[in-house]
Amino acid sequence: MLNTSVAIRDIAKKLLDEKRVDLIIGFEKGSVPLRSTPCFVRSTSEADRLIWNVNCENNLAKYLPKTKERVAIVAKGCDVRSIIGLIKENQVTREQVFIIGIPCKGMIDRRKIEAKLDGKEIIEAEEKDDTIILTGNNLREIIKKEEFLHNSCKTCTHRNPVIYDVLIGDKVVEDQAVDEYREVKEFEAQSHDERWRSFSDEVSKCIRCYACRNACPFCYCQECFVDSSQPQWIGKTTNLSDTAIFHIVRAFHIAGRCVDCGSCDRACPMGIDLRRLTKKMEMDVKDLFHYEAGISLEDMPPLATFNPDDPQEFMMV
Amino acid sequence: MKELEIAKTEVVSLLNTLIKEYKVFAPVGQNGFITFQEIHSGSEAFLDYINSKKPPKEIFFPQSERLFSYDLSKGEGWSVEEPASEKKQRIIFGIRPCDARSLVLLDNVFDGQLYKDPYYSGKRKNTTIIAIGCNQPSSTCFCTSLGGGPFSQDGSDLILVDIGQKYIVQVVTEKGKKLAKKHNEFKEAEDNSLSLMRDTIETAEALIKSKIEVQKVTEKLDSMFDDPFWDLVSEKCLGCAVCTYLCPTCYCFDITDEVTGQRGERVRTWDSCAFPNFTLQASGVNPRPSSKERLRQRIMHKFNYFVANHGMAACVGCGRCIKECPVNLDIQVVLNSILNR
Ligand code: SF4
Ligand code: SF4
Ligand code: SF4
Repeated sequence: MLNTSVAIRDIAKKLLDEKRVDLIIGFEKGSVPLRSTPCFVRSTSEADRLIWNVNCENNLAKYLPKTKERVAIVAKGCDVRSIIGLIKENQVTREQVFIIGIPCKGMIDRRKIEAKLDGKEIIEAEEKDDTIILTGNNLREIIKKEEFLHNSCKTCTHRNPVIYDVLIGDKVVEDQAVDEYREVKEFEAQSHDERWRSFSDEVSKCIRCYACRNACPFCYCQECFVDSSQPQWIGKTTNLSDTAIFHIVRAFHIAGRCVDCGSCDRACPMGIDLRRLTKKMEMDVKDLFHYEAGISLEDMPPLATFNPDDPQEFMMV
Repeated sequence: MKELEIAKTEVVSLLNTLIKEYKVFAPVGQNGFITFQEIHSGSEAFLDYINSKKPPKEIFFPQSERLFSYDLSKGEGWSVEEPASEKKQRIIFGIRPCDARSLVLLDNVFDGQLYKDPYYSGKRKNTTIIAIGCNQPSSTCFCTSLGGGPFSQDGSDLILVDIGQKYIVQVVTEKGKKLAKKHNEFKEAEDNSLSLMRDTIETAEALIKSKIEVQKVTEKLDSMFDDPFWDLVSEKCLGCAVCTYLCPTCYCFDITDEVTGQRGERVRTWDSCAFPNFTLQASGVNPRPSSKERLRQRIMHKFNYFVANHGMAACVGCGRCIKECPVNLDIQVVLNSILNR
């Protein structure tokens, strides 16, 4: 891991030195254990802040639609898929981004660790091979990384960046065996009432902070429908009718675009299982249109194109 | 009044007695996900926690609150109906001292000299606050920099100090005294318990390592409105409302009408300075067009404007915003960078 950090710094310095980019977007050490934080580097003297570890969970592609600069971006498998999506949606050009691709074995979900410790506080977390050593008051525990991965990392089938300008480290083995839609299928197998109950239980925890929306690389609309006041499409309360509409419309709006990077899920402070809807959308798009978002720069997003033989069984007539 | 004490084994029965007479709110939950809820049995309260996920401010200032309903369907005879005010006395049991202190800050806004918000002050008046001090502050706590502390009494009527088998009870207000007198679970504290209490308080205070000179931050901010600092510090901010909604002292709100046909409700909902339509004007102009101006507003309001208006910073150092920000934009880091400017 340490070597990856060094390699990122070296390439960052080179790119800035040669004036190939104006800005490097990467990660630096976070202020609390088990966290890294986005970092914006514009001069070689700042490049040594850059790091890489299992806490680099944010999807930095989020910052691309804003920028006018030439950018080098540190990107995991899922982040690269988001970048592909953004290029296809004309939010950034391929020429404008230099992708520092990093094969990824999964990012750590600190909330899962916290839940296991039930209130005991971590003062320090040190990564060592496949484990993390946690220390704190009355606490010394060695945990296995693979047991605490984010849910989206557990079902990831594209750990290696599909496009890149430079790749740091060796490619990792892709998980061929995982059934990434198992939970969606289990959900679908439930009765209508059960599904509604579990969906409404989940979204009634929502405080409408919009961290899920704002962490998503594909939520870049100038004005989100929830923010519009003329007309006001949706109420401002945390009543189920309002939160449910927010979540359903959000899921529809990223259908065929979501790459299941898990950003929304990670950002939610209330622990809401946001992938239940987004993963379902992803599966349906795959079934109906044989399309997987963020895999190639060439194929057309199914909802941005029309074919006379498009499936339409799901349409209500 | 002299300190009292209560055995930990008596707490559940005390709560059960209180529940008969009061609406009692206490921390409930598990796995580090704690919220304040009304409890119906003393055993529901989970007192061995660091702090709640959501701040207890919502007990006084709910995220969505109906201010009144109206019915225009009868033409001339239109009617307006206000929500019935809560008659039952309420207790918050087990609130942390930082959150109790946040109520003192909020009082300036909703229950101050100039304005009295009937919705807030009504609830505030009929609520007794019983806090539990923090023997084991979290690494993200910095209450002592904000004039509070793990055993600060501000905002509490009674405050409990955990000394092992029992709690020492400090009686802070008349309201607290009245309540304590009524319940014989509270006994006069033994002398050796009192020395244990003093040790506990001292040890806990020493555990808070972070010291930020907030007064200097306030002074610095006076001349930092146009500083390029805000461009840099806001670069990673997502513009969500995690930091403001989970903050016990943030109080900005929006008022909208929820209308169905001729009937409607006027509701007050939390709002956040991080949002794009927070200061969007009817003309379409927004004086805070990007996250730079919005984050600046959050910091300025807490550490400069609020100080000018009310003589204290609008932060109690609970650390919730630090723990939950999706991009780890840490307010302590921001404050220290301001000092280093
Ligand atoms: S991040 Fe979570 S709480 Fe916030 S709006 Fe999204 S689902 Fe709701
Ligand atoms: S500072 Fe963090 S929590 Fe606050 S608005 Fe920005 S991203 Fe959201
Ligand atoms: S600003 Fe942060 S630390 Fe201060 S009171 Fe609000 S949530 Fe707590």
